[in-house]
Amino acid sequence: MKTTFKLNGKTVQVETQSDATLLWTLRDHLGLTGTKYGCGKALCGACTVHLDGMAVRSCTTPMSMVTNRSVTTIEGLSKDNSHPLQIAWVEEQVPQCGYCQSGQIMQAAALLQNNSRPTREQILAQMNGIICRCGTYTRIVRAIERTAQNL
Amino acid sequence: MENAKTIISKISRRKFIVGAGGFTFLITTGVIWPKLSAENKTANDGTITAWVHLQPDGKVIIYNPAAEMGQGSMTALPVLIAEEMDVDWSMVIIENSPIIPEIYGSRGFRGGNSMITVGSRAVSGYYEILRQAGAQARYVLLYNAAHKWDVPIQELTTDAGVVIHKSSGRKMLYGEIAEFAKSPDKIPKIPKEQMKQPGQFRLIGKNIPRYDIPEKVNGSAIFAMDIQLPNMVYGAISRSPVNGARPVNVLNKDSILEIDGVIDLVTLEHGVGVIANSIETAFKANKQLQIQWSEGAKAANYNSVEAFEKYENMAEDASIKGSVIKNKGNITNALQNAEKTYSSYYKNDFAYHAQMEPLNAVVSVAPDGSSAELWVGSQAPVSARRAAAQALGIAEEKVEIHPCYLGGGFGRRSMSDYVTEAAFLAKKAGKPLKLVWTREDDIAYGAFRPLSVQRMQAGVDKSGNIVGWSHIVVGTGGRLMTSGVNTLFYTFPNQHIEMRNVDEGVRTKHWRAVGHGPNKFAIEAFIDEIAVGQKIDPLEIRRRLMKNHPRALNVLETAAKMANWGTAPPPGRGRGIAFAERSGSLAAGVCELSVDRGSGRIQVHNFWVALDAGVVVQPDNVLAQSEGSINFGLSSVLSESLTFKNGKVQQSNFHDYNVMRIADAPENIEIKIIPSNEKPSGVGEAALPFVGGAVSNAFANLTGIRLRHIPFTPEKVLEALSS
Ligand code: FES
Ligand code: FES
Repeated sequence: MKTTFKLNGKTVQVETQSDATLLWTLRDHLGLTGTKYGCGKALCGACTVHLDGMAVRSCTTPMSMVTNRSVTTIEGLSKDNSHPLQIAWVEEQVPQCGYCQSGQIMQAAALLQNNSRPTREQILAQMNGIICRCGTYTRIVRAIERTAQNL
Repeated sequence: MENAKTIISKISRRKFIVGAGGFTFLITTGVIWPKLSAENKTANDGTITAWVHLQPDGKVIIYNPAAEMGQGSMTALPVLIAEEMDVDWSMVIIENSPIIPEIYGSRGFRGGNSMITVGSRAVSGYYEILRQAGAQARYVLLYNAAHKWDVPIQELTTDAGVVIHKSSGRKMLYGEIAEFAKSPDKIPKIPKEQMKQPGQFRLIGKNIPRYDIPEKVNGSAIFAMDIQLPNMVYGAISRSPVNGARPVNVLNKDSILEIDGVIDLVTLEHGVGVIANSIETAFKANKQLQIQWSEGAKAANYNSVEAFEKYENMAEDASIKGSVIKNKGNITNALQNAEKTYSSYYKNDFAYHAQMEPLNAVVSVAPDGSSAELWVGSQAPVSARRAAAQALGIAEEKVEIHPCYLGGGFGRRSMSDYVTEAAFLAKKAGKPLKLVWTREDDIAYGAFRPLSVQRMQAGVDKSGNIVGWSHIVVGTGGRLMTSGVNTLFYTFPNQHIEMRNVDEGVRTKHWRAVGHGPNKFAIEAFIDEIAVGQKIDPLEIRRRLMKNHPRALNVLETAAKMANWGTAPPPGRGRGIAFAERSGSLAAGVCELSVDRGSGRIQVHNFWVALDAGVVVQPDNVLAQSEGSINFGLSSVLSESLTFKNGKVQQSNFHDYNVMRIADAPENIEIKIIPSNEKPSGVGEAALPFVGGAVSNAFANLTGIRLRHIPFTPEKVLEALSS
């Protein structure tokens, strides 16, 4: 199956099996390994990317769903770690093992796109789908609040 | 866009042996070699170090010997070298060291040199070694500058990457020295007095940003999961649902092999592997496999929920003699003669590591089968390499290992079962192969923190002093259950500690802080039970027990002060205090929580924590590790439960194995690091063991009801509230 879609601003065409998911297509066909596999069932959020600006779980997004739509991955968030969330993530020294962090940042980016002044409750509600086993939650909240303040 | 199949990982291209230009410090019992060569890599008597490569442009490559799994030692360890070498940190490049324990190891638990990253030991284990290596590297620079200028070495000093001759005002950059550096014939061991004193530290104790963080915010950090090799194929394995069962027959072999993209099936001791041309195909076939398993495995009768009763009976049974861990005074008399006795059972379910990166490894075997390469995130790279070599039937040195970042370790990645599997499959495939465990595989064939029952008994005299203390741990997991069972900082005149183990045939393993989680929970909650019974303040009762240990007591007092202990908590909230030591560090926490009496949900509002970990190399990272430990600990205390039925794990993914999410994390964590010049101790787990006790104690403070079985799920809380 051939799928054409926009990936990080560029139009791409990719050949996959008909039941392929966006997650593994990104990772194994398109070389974008920043998006992670954690559960495969939309339970952990490690695979979160943007589909037309909305945060989605790429592990349960079939390729057939992305035709002619626009996908942004962590690699497309900025060219040089300059997205305000990436800056805040470095300043707050958020990541530990780092495995969940692409998902965390993509989810947070979608949140701030829709709501540049989220309350603490809104942050928790939006971020609750992304598990961080290392327990960086404390700093994730701080980094999002810091970013929102600077926006 | 580049096709992933053509990308060879940047890790595999990173070659250790350096070419012309530059200077590697290889220091071996007084001799320094200008270059590390393949031949002398292994020539050693156990005291070789080869930690630094200095480039003419002044860049300093420092080799990191430990696995980086989020704990930050990849930055903290090079800081130790850079401090004593007096390097300008902005010039430092960090690379992984080769896996050569004789050169890059620190002292292991059993003596000898080890490169295993476990037990929060990286910084404490390397503290002296790497400062010495840095000081010796600095000596070599001074030696060369002294020759160049023809001045006595004693007249030279350094300052952040520059050698200085004060009286003549001359300066030389380290990079300049790299151009002409020669090895002195003898390089002395630098005595402690000539190394920096804590007051002179420029890097140790300051907040150096973690080296790995920039690439962990843009997706470019490479985990083994991300390795792509040309012509790579993929593997997945269906493992025995009951530990010990063997595959007897694949019932639908033909239809599996017919799936488009499936290349081969491989029968292993404990399962059946699929080799396929994509990961999704491998997963799909793996799921469809119908395997007939052998009967009669030891674990097949194991029901973990029912096991508690059996273990309680075992704890009561005076005829059972377990392994005695401590026996002081006469516990029987002490309990018999006590004014009042207390006794309680504490329990904990199995816990799963749930590291976010499911287990995986990449193995590429040479066409002639005589050598191989291995990409893996491992806490135990030496054993991982050995596992691959054994599976391939080749010598260990024929396996080149490329350590990758670990997407969490927590003890699971010091086992090499997944490496053995990957090597078997790769050998069969005849192509580079990436083995990936699905999350379901990772849980089903996990190795868990043991379930245990703790029988606590204590006797108290007329003045409320605890005169007898008995702690019997029963469960399945052997010595994994005994870490932390001793009370190193509480003095009891009569004390008995014993472990009674039943091998149920299920897989158990070290899990962040190991037995300290369950044991300190039982100890700290039980002390509070006695305090409540005796109408003694929980802080006061601990003060008495800790009076011989001022350093530990100071930690407790500090946490109490941070929490304003002694003042009433806000309405609807309870507070609990607990203390625990782990990997040489001392920690105390005060938890403030509330409970939703409708749903049974516990919300932790505040955690005030004091930590004494000796010299702290990276303070902000210690805070991060402590926050992480509290969240990790709280997750197991509030929600994590893994159960076995007929030997089978009952949970399958994050919908039924509940790892804490952000909304359940404490609203506020405040940590105070107590300044100290003592030798550094471990910080990766220190803030975990007190969590269970602090939460149970806070809950009891709020409700008068004691929670004694981890996890305190909403259902259990409701049940406790209604009883
Ligand atoms: S991998 Fe997609 S949500 Fe977990
Ligand atoms: S940083 Fe390790 S899982 Fe989030």
